[in-house]
Amino acid sequence: MLNVGSLNEGFVLDHIKAGKCMDIYNYLGLDKLDCQVAIIKNAKSNKMGRKDIIKIECPIDVINLDILGYIDHNITVNIIHDGKIVDKKKLTLPKIIKNVVTCKNPRCITSIEQELEQIFILTDEKKQIYRCKYCEEKYSNK
Amino acid sequence: MRHLISPLDFSVEELDKLLDLASDIEKNPDKYKEACNGKKIATLFYEPSTRTRLSFEAAMLNLGGNVLGFSSAASSSAAKGESVSDTIRMISCYADICAMRHPKEGAPLVASLKSGIPVINAGDGGHQHPTQTLTDLMTIRSLKGRLDNLIIGLCGDLKFGRTVHSLINALVRYKNISFVLISPPELKIPSYIREEVLEANNIPYKEITHMEDALAELDILYMTRVQRERFFNEAEYIRLKDTYILDKEKMALANKNMLVLHPLPRVNEISVEVDDDERAAYFKQVQYGVYVRMALILTLLEIKAD
Repeated sequence: MLNVGSLNEGFVLDHIKAGKCMDIYNYLGLDKLDCQVAIIKNAKSNKMGRKDIIKIECPIDVINLDILGYIDHNITVNIIHDGKIVDKKKLTLPKIIKNVVTCKNPRCITSIEQELEQIFILTDEKKQIYRCKYCEEKYSNK
Repeated sequence: MRHLISPLDFSVEELDKLLDLASDIEKNPDKYKEACNGKKIATLFYEPSTRTRLSFEAAMLNLGGNVLGFSSAASSSAAKGESVSDTIRMISCYADICAMRHPKEGAPLVASLKSGIPVINAGDGGHQHPTQTLTDLMTIRSLKGRLDNLIIGLCGDLKFGRTVHSLINALVRYKNISFVLISPPELKIPSYIREEVLEANNIPYKEITHMEDALAELDILYMTRVQRERFFNEAEYIRLKDTYILDKEKMALANKNMLVLHPLPRVNEISVEVDDDERAAYFKQVQYGVYVRMALILTLLEIKAD
């Protein structure tokens, strides 16, 4: 099983839905970071049956984890400092998502001007609805 | 510096002020005929629209200002691949205010973020058309004397009709408003307007398919055109385009004080025989559109005429 003690400073993202760890790896842009990342797929879990885990060894201010709230707010974020869990971050839906997902509305200005930032704004927290800042189309990841 | 990108950019109080100014312009046009001396409006129309563009240009000319611009993307630098952000930076050096129509939704918002002059959204795809909404509100307020305590029937293409969506958004801010939504099932109002606007604000509404069932109770009947350009399937357009035709017979069923509005252009949905009915307000609406655009230009340029 995962040895948290082996991390000196960084994050352990636990309770990721099985099979989703690579999505999160990409959303967080971990491929661009020069740090150690451990990906554990299909770990046994009493709560979930199977789960994925990501361990990231990096300074804790390097990664913006707000996007995780949008992806899956059930993920547990353990913050590690000096080899110990110092905090568990509670995930909430970010008010704004910038340059993570793209607008799929073919009539949106972002469809022809690719240099524009892709910005989505949380318009309904209860229903977890995000709308494109420009065309106000609801984001759907289907 | 302020822009007008969405009909909700102005609060109800600001809107009242703007409509008061538009009414004063209607009554005292001479007072305003030199208010914009030396000022220029750029009309940046990336897709054709005779009515809206001419309305903006007439508004600026009535105020003593000048106009410049283009009326299709082909005759602009967009044809060379220039971005909206670059175009607006350039236009900001030539004009004092601009009105932009663009087929892509959100383009005027993008322009406003980089602009050195006020930007007015003159229609962006199927998204927003705020100056049509101001026109509709002014027509209703001028001819009915109020924007509250109204039963409004919206008829025709409620799915793609941006003027309808914007008008609903604007009117739900007033007291005691209710809607009758008249459309074929294929062109019903989108669920987000129903849920996020009507139901979220506890606005009474009903959805029906026969306009005859509602005419007697309506204060306003807002007719819309089934827009060929929004359909991917021509057969579907042909099947739906003549679902509703307002004629003399139907007008006989209507309340004697009911107003008929239409954002124009019309195709078949209002028979020409209705034009002479004193309840037909759609051509007056065009005139109000010029007054309200004059008021908007003065407001955004922060010019007071005395």
